[in-house]
Amino acid sequence: MKFADFVCFEAIIPELSAADRDGAIAELVSALDKAGLLGNNNCQKIIKAVIERENEASTGMGKGVAVPHVKDEAAKDVVAVVGLSSRGIDFSSLDKQPVYSVILLISPADNPDRHLQAMETIFKHLQQDRFRKFLRQSQTAEQIKDLLREADENPSL
Amino acid sequence: MCEVEVEVKNADGLHMRPAMQFVDVASMFECDITVSNSENSVDGKSIMQMSMLAATCGTNLKIRAEGADAQQAVDTLRKLVEEKMFDEPPPKGKKKS
Repeated sequence: MKFADFVCFEAIIPELSAADRDGAIAELVSALDKAGLLGNNNCQKIIKAVIERENEASTGMGKGVAVPHVKDEAAKDVVAVVGLSSRGIDFSSLDKQPVYSVILLISPADNPDRHLQAMETIFKHLQQDRFRKFLRQSQTAEQIKDLLREADENPSL
Repeated sequence: MCEVEVEVKNADGLHMRPAMQFVDVASMFECDITVSNSENSVDGKSIMQMSMLAATCGTNLKIRAEGADAQQAVDTLRKLVEEKMFDEPPPKGKKKS
């Protein structure tokens, strides 16, 4: 799978206004909702579900990145959005360090394989030091979009 | 060096929670642990790398361990994947609650 297959470019948030985890999650889910990807009246329910999932076990994998996610019937296919925070957000990450790049993912309830394929794409790139650095340094939605497009073309980025 | 091939049997596959469980168990051993699918070989003690495997239900994985407690590690991880199935249900009656 490619980023372009599941990341909603128009929902990208180059600088999250929220300073805390739950606020960032709410901002990102709302952006997907505004883009019309979550059906009707599911936004609050999904925000709650993502936060609950995050409380069970942090998706802050270390190295400044977090990948909060949840399954929900409202999603017809996997949808994701990227948000950055230059000051960093406490995600209770594995390495206890703040998170600067968040990729939030909503997956359909009945297609676990699609979810795994999207995660594969996300971590294939998040693992690369160069990709993480470029992502964190991006300042506009356009730059993030270009980076994701470039990563789609170049598996080693 | 010890090696075993396992099949992912829980319906949702190796998503983040099972992958973390795998990494937690693998990290209890001193030996080096490598997990491979048909395309990639990754460090069985790294959650980011394990998430790259996209191991869906039915996927075969090779677990390879090198070091003093390799045999024990391989046995324990095989049980986690195939017998305990990460405490998750198999496909059958479709999705879990």
